[in-house]
Amino acid sequence: MADKTCELFDCGHRACGGCGAALAARLMLKAAGPNTIVVSSTGCMEVFSTPYPETAWKVPWIHSLFENASAVASGIEASLKKQGRTEKVVVMAGDGATFDIGMLCISGAFERGHDITYICYDNEAYMNTGIQRSGATPYDASTTTSPAGSHSFGNKRPKKDMPEILAAHGSPYVATASIAYPNDLIQKIEKAINTTGPTYVQIHVPCCTGWGFEGEQTLAIAKLAIETGLWVNYEMVDGKVTKVKKVVRKPVEEYLKTQKRFRHLFKPKRQDAEIAAIQVMADKNAAKYGTEIKLKKD
Amino acid sequence: MLEITEGSHAVAEAVRLCRPQVVSAYPITPQTHIVEALADMVADGKLDADYMTVESEFSALSACLGASAAGSRVYSATTSQGLALMFEVCFNVAGMRLPIVMTIANRALGAPLSIWNDQQDSIALRDSGWLQFYAEDNQEATDLHYIAYRVAENPKILLPAMVCFDGFILSHTYEPVDMISQEDADKYLPKFAPKERLDAADPISFGMYATPDYYLEFRYNTDKALKDAKSVIQAAGAEFKQMFGRDYSAMVEGYRMDDAETVIVAMGSICGTIKDTIDDLRAEGMRVGLLKIRVFRPFPSDEVAQALKCAKRVAVLDKNISLGAKGAVALEVKDAIYSSGIPVYDYIIGLGGRDVQKKDIREVVTLAGKGQGNIFVGLRKEVL
Repeated sequence: MADKTCELFDCGHRACGGCGAALAARLMLKAAGPNTIVVSSTGCMEVFSTPYPETAWKVPWIHSLFENASAVASGIEASLKKQGRTEKVVVMAGDGATFDIGMLCISGAFERGHDITYICYDNEAYMNTGIQRSGATPYDASTTTSPAGSHSFGNKRPKKDMPEILAAHGSPYVATASIAYPNDLIQKIEKAINTTGPTYVQIHVPCCTGWGFEGEQTLAIAKLAIETGLWVNYEMVDGKVTKVKKVVRKPVEEYLKTQKRFRHLFKPKRQDAEIAAIQVMADKNAAKYGTEIKLKKD
Repeated sequence: MLEITEGSHAVAEAVRLCRPQVVSAYPITPQTHIVEALADMVADGKLDADYMTVESEFSALSACLGASAAGSRVYSATTSQGLALMFEVCFNVAGMRLPIVMTIANRALGAPLSIWNDQQDSIALRDSGWLQFYAEDNQEATDLHYIAYRVAENPKILLPAMVCFDGFILSHTYEPVDMISQEDADKYLPKFAPKERLDAADPISFGMYATPDYYLEFRYNTDKALKDAKSVIQAAGAEFKQMFGRDYSAMVEGYRMDDAETVIVAMGSICGTIKDTIDDLRAEGMRVGLLKIRVFRPFPSDEVAQALKCAKRVAVLDKNISLGAKGAVALEVKDAIYSSGIPVYDYIIGLGGRDVQKKDIREVVTLAGKGQGNIFVGLRKEVL
């Protein structure tokens, strides 16, 4: 069991107030504990947590490049094995590093079957470089490279289904989690780390700067993503969905209207067709994973 | 013990004797025989290493980076496009001061695609912070691996090293090679025990980001380590000579340099052809010598200047070209002897596997005698 009082991600780092990713790192280390080696990709977290000569990481930590965290982790795991050492290897990478530029390395590492846990902190765009779209950016989100305009509603494609891709590699444990449900998140990371083989946890981490909301709203917005069905918390063991967070669903616009990245769907004019299209996506998620709690009618 | 063996297999055997714990590589011609031989050794229990078959050269070196940071001696081998794909990781490895040793079976870079030899691939990485050794024959290629690990892992140096040997010309050629014993290899190359590594018992951070207040100093330190490596290479070479009789204590090596008026400067297997040609020319009364560059990074400027100080003219042969400028060796040699006023004539030769014969070396000597440089030797003007 994780020691939830243990703090291995130190205070004093440079993350924005209300940063979802920083909270994910802190919770991740509560789950992982001190016998862990963390591999980071280039990105917000790497930058805000390790401005030389300071570091927020109280466990051994390494960053090499944007796209190679899973290959670096593979090498560390191989080395530890040869040395007879017991540390667990955990990758902590953003969605750009995971869904896009690091895809080749992740596929290789999962196919080879290394005993590593890959955690993607998913804030749904390239935040470190100034909020450009990634393969994890949701449909219609306005980013600096998928801006909403008179001829565009923002990002034209739905989010890539990364957990399914990694489950298809034969990963024994794949899960999605949210910082809005910290106990669930910690349990999933513990489970991922304690499962032999390459495991994957994708954590939804709202980004106040990139999404456009006040820092104190981070957890509320993370929760709304789940309550609307736009994010689903689930577990897959050996490729089969075994556990799903069920919710009494709210309309998607309750989530969308909290963030500037979706503001163009409401102002200057309400875009009913677009909101309806996003609602269909949430409905499909609910149907696919069976997240809906049906209330009894009086 | 002297064995007739293929260059790649001799290199693989030397690597085995160095006891790497993690080997990670991706197949690419003409490097394949090395990594296949290592895979066989692991499969047969002759090498106790984790042999990681990765999905790209980029991941091969990235995996080596992780394994090295975790405290293992690691090895990789590549060439050409594979090395180009590693470009980003190469700079990273050097900046993180990880003593990885990698064999480069030198090969041309596309386009157009060419699987044949020149030295463009490793030369393109000359600015990456790796030590670079170039071998003339397979004995040297083999021995340089022990020396490369020894220098790379020196606590004052901690830099990665490329051992470069010409693809096919050396990698696929059978030559007699003297292999040292495991016992001697262990004596020469003690166990890798880095002071700093990824270790839960003593957590440190690797690869942090540096603001402008620190970046310059990191680069200074890496450059200084590379330059400090000169004396470490010389000492490692001298000790190797003491133990095994073969002398690699000098960064450059002269051949028939006494009273030489024309000195050819070159790297790699071409030096053998040059030596044969020099013997012929000397027999004809021509005063020609060779200065072989064994270590290209750090570049031995002082040693080159010292060796060339009595030359009347210098002819540099480059199996590479910095397109739009000159060959890399010529640029370095010109820099090294700039104040001497000795003319340096530069020749691009043998690119993409074009055979270099004694007649080509004779042509270079003739051209240098006429004061003509800046020439692609053996250019087929009819296909231009």
